[in-house]
Amino acid sequence: MSEPLVSIENLHVRFRTYAGQVYAVNGVTFDIRRGETFGLVGETGCGKSVTGLSLLRLVPPPGEIVAGRITFDGQDILSLSEQEMRNIRGARIAMIFQDPAASLNPVFTVGEQVDMVIRQHQPVRRRAARQRTLEMLEAVGLPAPPQIVGAYPHELSGGMQQRVMIALALASNASLLIADEPTTDLDVTIQAQILALLVKLQKTHSLSILLITHNLGVVAETCDRVGVLYAGNLVEVGRTADVFQAMKHPYTQALLAAIPRPGSHGQLLPAIPGSVPSGLERIPGCAFHLRCPFIMEVCQTEKPPLLTVGEEHTVACHLYHNRPTQERGNEPAAG
Amino acid sequence: MSQPLVEARGLTRYFAQRGGLFLRRSQYVHALERVNLTVRQGETLGVVGESGCGKTTLGRCILRLIEPTAGEVLFEGVNLLTLSRQEMRQRRRNMQMVFQSPYSSLDPRFSVLNLIAEPIVTHTDLKGKALMARVEELLARVGMEGDYLYRYPHEFSGGQLQRIAVARSLALNPRFLVLDEPTSALDVSVQAQILNLLQQLQRELGLTYLFISHDLSVVQHISNRIAVMYLGRVVELSTTDGIFYGAHHPYTEALLSSTPVLDPALRRERIILEGSVPSPANPPSGCRFHPRCPKVMSICSQVEPELEDIGGGHLVACHLVSGGNIETILSPRAKRSGAKGLLATSVRDSSLHSVPLRMTSSCLVESRRT
Repeated sequence: MSEPLVSIENLHVRFRTYAGQVYAVNGVTFDIRRGETFGLVGETGCGKSVTGLSLLRLVPPPGEIVAGRITFDGQDILSLSEQEMRNIRGARIAMIFQDPAASLNPVFTVGEQVDMVIRQHQPVRRRAARQRTLEMLEAVGLPAPPQIVGAYPHELSGGMQQRVMIALALASNASLLIADEPTTDLDVTIQAQILALLVKLQKTHSLSILLITHNLGVVAETCDRVGVLYAGNLVEVGRTADVFQAMKHPYTQALLAAIPRPGSHGQLLPAIPGSVPSGLERIPGCAFHLRCPFIMEVCQTEKPPLLTVGEEHTVACHLYHNRPTQERGNEPAAG
Repeated sequence: MSQPLVEARGLTRYFAQRGGLFLRRSQYVHALERVNLTVRQGETLGVVGESGCGKTTLGRCILRLIEPTAGEVLFEGVNLLTLSRQEMRQRRRNMQMVFQSPYSSLDPRFSVLNLIAEPIVTHTDLKGKALMARVEELLARVGMEGDYLYRYPHEFSGGQLQRIAVARSLALNPRFLVLDEPTSALDVSVQAQILNLLQQLQRELGLTYLFISHDLSVVQHISNRIAVMYLGRVVELSTTDGIFYGAHHPYTEALLSSTPVLDPALRRERIILEGSVPSPANPPSGCRFHPRCPKVMSICSQVEPELEDIGGGHLVACHLVSGGNIETILSPRAKRSGAKGLLATSVRDSSLHSVPLRMTSSCLVESRRT
């Protein structure tokens, strides 16, 4: 396989707040390959959105990237000037957010906003831009584009607004789309529409997608590979099928087990005791050791490195030290 | 188990929406339209549907937090809508509500003690030490032992706040709880804790739940029976397995199909509905689902289907079912889901034959009363 489109190495992001330093991302490393959908999944506050924003260097102050390396298509993102960065944002890397109503400008019509993006990145005349706008709106499956261009965002439903956001993101031929919880605010039937649209556009536009979500079901249905984040640490990375069928990290196992599924009716769910750490205190060793059922002595002092446990499957857990792949067996018991 | 505790009959609520010049034009949002349902003693009835389908309005109308436009709500056989304010207040001790976001349902200026004591002080004579002891007992019930009495909501995590909200709703020993999306604002790991707590409380205290949610997997987990709502109407109501393995209404099928499953090996052709939910201010004629229905027939746009019992208490409001053509309504999901689905299908078919007379839901209500 050719070199990855994006490669993030040892990313550290910190927020200086009045309450103290918040360690949002602590040494995250992963690649996004050309044409794949990479899912970044985790609970509130695990650093998944901040990781996405880091790629665009849009981490809001008081947050700052304190260490790490981000390479996008051969360019070192963190060493670019602000001007060079502006040529990448929107043009090469586009982003869509959870709340499309907050991302669209309420005082411009949909058509004006898409035209603006096209003209920002391409030297085309008004009329040509409008033509392209109509094509984009058509491509994202909006009904009757000639009417939609004249509509203001508030006149559209949530699903339609998200389609407009996707049209905006694609208007500039970006090669990477960062989708931060794109369907969280939408109903399931609309979510299914938007996810199907993203999958379709990925093929037609040869896009790579970084899908950030808390919904493991969405990951299972759409992603090629997945990274699981916990308290700013990547705890497991692998092909979606491998991670879901043979998850290795105790956190991934606990997270999947805690989701109600058909047949679980009437039983108690294996909940994870305690709650996600706030990020204000630095947890020594493995970030999950306070809630982990398989805690060992080493977990409290040493941060586990990413260990290879299978083909393209890595996990950050001391349980898998010095074990040949064959002997791993099923412990800790999956699920 | 089978004794009805709460019964809604023809429950309807319109909201007036004013617009136009000087707000002279008014139209009505049909949030709830002739909803009939029964919540049985000790069970959990799940209500699912997309935003704007009226599920929250239903919960609130049942507690009379919103006055219904028409219909009846029977609680232990007494019509709540004819009660005076004073009488209603007495009744409310038996029925409480837990809201979606504990961040907004708990007053930030109240300490935990005051939050939980408020309903007790309003309704009983408990004071001083006894009151404090009662509050501590309630906190222990929801798994919050420790020194929390004088702390304020901002000091707690979402999961802890929802526990406090549950403790508050239990303060008067209610028999019936309306849970309106109680876990939607929480992370999966915390959601599991709260769902476990609710199930445990139900067992210990013999509570009856109306559990409102948009999340099918959560509803499936906690409910004995499920009502599926679309645009203010109940379109299907059955046991949890009846809905999951033997759905008849095309909307229920689409909803089930749209819900992502946790197994990448099961990626499948989904039923993807076109368009979005129409405005409840101007609902489509006939069956409200017909503009999006993949199985639409000519009758659907003209005649509104009513809930009918297709056997075993499985209620469906769809012309495909009232047409009686079993072949076309065999749910593709039931076929897909293998042995269990087939089992459910065969059980359903046999029960169909054993009920020669098709009854409408209103007949059913009549027969149950007599």
